[in-house]
Amino acid sequence: MATHQTYNYDVLVIGAGGAGLRAAIEAANAGVTVGLICKSLLGKAHTVMAEGGMAAAMGHNDDRDNWKVHFADTMRGGQYVNNWRMAEIHAKEAPERVRELEAWGAVFDRTPDGRINQRNFGGHRYPRLAHVGDRTGLELIRTLQDHTVYLGVTVHMEHTVIQLLMDGGRASGVVAYDRERGRFHVFTAKAVILATGGVGRAYKITSNSWEGTGDGHALAFRAGAELIDMEFIQFHPTGMVWPPSVKGILVTEGVRGEGGVLKNSEGRRFMFDDIPDNYKPQTASDAEEGWRYVTGDKSARRPPELLTRDHVARCINREVKAGRGSPHGGVFLDIAWIKEKISDGEAHIKRKLPSMYHQFKELADLDITTTPMEVGPTTHYIMGGIKVDADSQMSSIPGLYAAGECASGINGANRLGGNSLSDLIVFGKRAGEYAAEYAKSSGPIKANDTEVDKAIKESLAPFDRGGRVENPYKVQEELQDTMQSLVGIVRLEDEMKEAHNRLQGYKERWTRVGVSGHREYNGGWHTAIDLLNLLNVAEAIALSAIERRESRGGHFREDYPDKVAEFGTFNIMVKQAPGGGIQVSRLPLPAMPAELRQVVEEQQQ
Amino acid sequence: MDATFRLWRSEPGGAGALTDYKTPVSEGMVVLDAVHRIQAEQAPDLAVRWNCKAGKCGSCSAEINGKPRLMCMTRLSTLDLNKPVIVEPMKTFPLIKDLVTDVSWNFSVKKTIQKFKPRQPDAPDGTWRMAQKDIDRVQEHRKCIECFLCQDVCHVLRDHGKHDEFIGPRFLLYAAQLEMNPLDTADRLHDLKDKHNIGYCNITKCCTVVCPEHIKITDNAIIPLKERVVDRFYDPVTRLLRMFK
Repeated sequence: MATHQTYNYDVLVIGAGGAGLRAAIEAANAGVTVGLICKSLLGKAHTVMAEGGMAAAMGHNDDRDNWKVHFADTMRGGQYVNNWRMAEIHAKEAPERVRELEAWGAVFDRTPDGRINQRNFGGHRYPRLAHVGDRTGLELIRTLQDHTVYLGVTVHMEHTVIQLLMDGGRASGVVAYDRERGRFHVFTAKAVILATGGVGRAYKITSNSWEGTGDGHALAFRAGAELIDMEFIQFHPTGMVWPPSVKGILVTEGVRGEGGVLKNSEGRRFMFDDIPDNYKPQTASDAEEGWRYVTGDKSARRPPELLTRDHVARCINREVKAGRGSPHGGVFLDIAWIKEKISDGEAHIKRKLPSMYHQFKELADLDITTTPMEVGPTTHYIMGGIKVDADSQMSSIPGLYAAGECASGINGANRLGGNSLSDLIVFGKRAGEYAAEYAKSSGPIKANDTEVDKAIKESLAPFDRGGRVENPYKVQEELQDTMQSLVGIVRLEDEMKEAHNRLQGYKERWTRVGVSGHREYNGGWHTAIDLLNLLNVAEAIALSAIERRESRGGHFREDYPDKVAEFGTFNIMVKQAPGGGIQVSRLPLPAMPAELRQVVEEQQQ
Repeated sequence: MDATFRLWRSEPGGAGALTDYKTPVSEGMVVLDAVHRIQAEQAPDLAVRWNCKAGKCGSCSAEINGKPRLMCMTRLSTLDLNKPVIVEPMKTFPLIKDLVTDVSWNFSVKKTIQKFKPRQPDAPDGTWRMAQKDIDRVQEHRKCIECFLCQDVCHVLRDHGKHDEFIGPRFLLYAAQLEMNPLDTADRLHDLKDKHNIGYCNITKCCTVVCPEHIKITDNAIIPLKERVVDRFYDPVTRLLRMFK
């Protein structure tokens, strides 16, 4: 039997981004013992990359805002395949969660009357994003991190989870290894919360860090949990396109919220050329009105650059394909032009978008206060994930919870910018609360030794094969190329089937990947282990995308370019089939109560 | 074009050596790109810590040609590629492997600083009012990405090894933003003087020089804190007044 150390907690949280930290805080406050496992150092999770802000209908900058408008905006953005109950909870609870952060030390930008300032963002009817310049994610994670360290939560940094443990049909803990030394650890817990973030590393061009390998999605899937909406991936319209080494790094939507405009190589603001019908009544008719909107004129409508991300990404894609792109295959995003409109334009840009200024200056040697940026779509976020109960965040496995990006439901077919940070704190809190309650009321669990030994043995197999067989980095790179070119922004049945075929090949090669060296901080070994998760999620994405024969939100099919009403009545669900493989099915959407339907209708105008 | 990267490689048992790797480089690349390429093609078990690759998470701290820097924000075009680029782990922290060091000391130091303690809310709905100009400085301090390069370069830690007595620039900055937060009511000056030994800092400003976020750590955080400590504990007039209180 392999040697390992064992830890026991009431609640175990996997992931220390916004959702994981918020869940840990809530569980600790409920008086249970809490362990927190994260793949990186504390405070480095991908949440730090969130820039623009967190959406909460506090109405500080426009008192017409309230939860109903936020709810309707979220449903419209998600093309009505969202879980209505999650969208409702989110819109109602986000303001309280944001205020709570201030009580824990977050320092948001202020309005002239001293309240939390809110900014405009794509798809949000009113200025709604509480923010700190363009580094809101850093503020969120640091606030939660600093609050957590005083609560007695035990943090296990740089640990990777390789397997979820089950005890009689119920989650009972995990097997993990620490990346620093390569030793194995068993964590038993009465409730396990997955807060592992996204899957961006399944694609070549992504804003995600190495951590975004879909670990929570894959761990849950392999344990038998149900995933939904895996076809809905958000390609953020504005990632850096040059230099090559930074391709994909995010350029915040805040640039457009502050007045940045998109232009093609002919200097045309092409976003005015294609405004979807359901957004026409809310969209500015000309550049002048758009500028008035971003400067706070309540009678003006928003510029088309602030349409939803899926739409803006496709428009950029179209311009590039039509040969009207920028020199490095993107389009131009110009914020420098606002200097024509305001006297202290340069200082204003640096104050409102400090990290964008810094990022372009240092990585691309470009001054955004004088020169337009080149931008193009980048894989940013997955709307799909673990199917959870809207109120408690429990998955289809008892005792297993999920929150944040790895959970699914709130966003439907497309997430609005700013709804992610608020999702993390609203549902992170709920997951922590309900998991603690479950842990208190449920009986003891134990780790299954056979399961533990098997997981450890399998994860060590790459060392037995040595470094001269399949290189894990190589297989990962090919998988990313395949997903990028065949299951990307614009999708076709044949291409996706080809991707699925290739994935079977990578799966076979995965059984042959080998690594050299020893277990201490071995990048090759880590990549080999993460690869299995990527394979699981890539296949789930491809099969779900094949099944949805229409275009909706983040999922665009060239062979079925229109939205089909019938497909608006269900989510696509995947789960592991008995004996391996993936079972794809259609899960009817729960009916929306009459009063919420009315809210949606009232907000249509 | 090829360039040579001279990377620190550990050997089992604690020894190690700088090892040369030649790899192709192209326009716009940063040091981390080259290190990743070497890892993928020549040294798969190379240990390197990184996350965001955009200078926002502070994971890929190292010493490049002897200077503490983030690998992801060091463009090759700023280095002389006719000579090997030397990449070493931070020296102030214990080495784990190759370019990765054990920075856990920093996380334990933070716990010794009194946490944020807000005043009573200003409004009946439990919220506060603050003017932007009163929080500009705090927001500058809160830009810190915890890369610990300032800790790495600080001679009190690096050369004198005073990890048990001195909290270093990162945590003086952390204490400063709490002290300067308009809502905060805790008093950290006594700890700063006696427990955290702010007096050890002799304002050489090395921390400010290496800060990738360009935070003026010395001028805007440490010196104001030192002034507060001096005002409280060493100002003769105040001391006299205290005697008669």
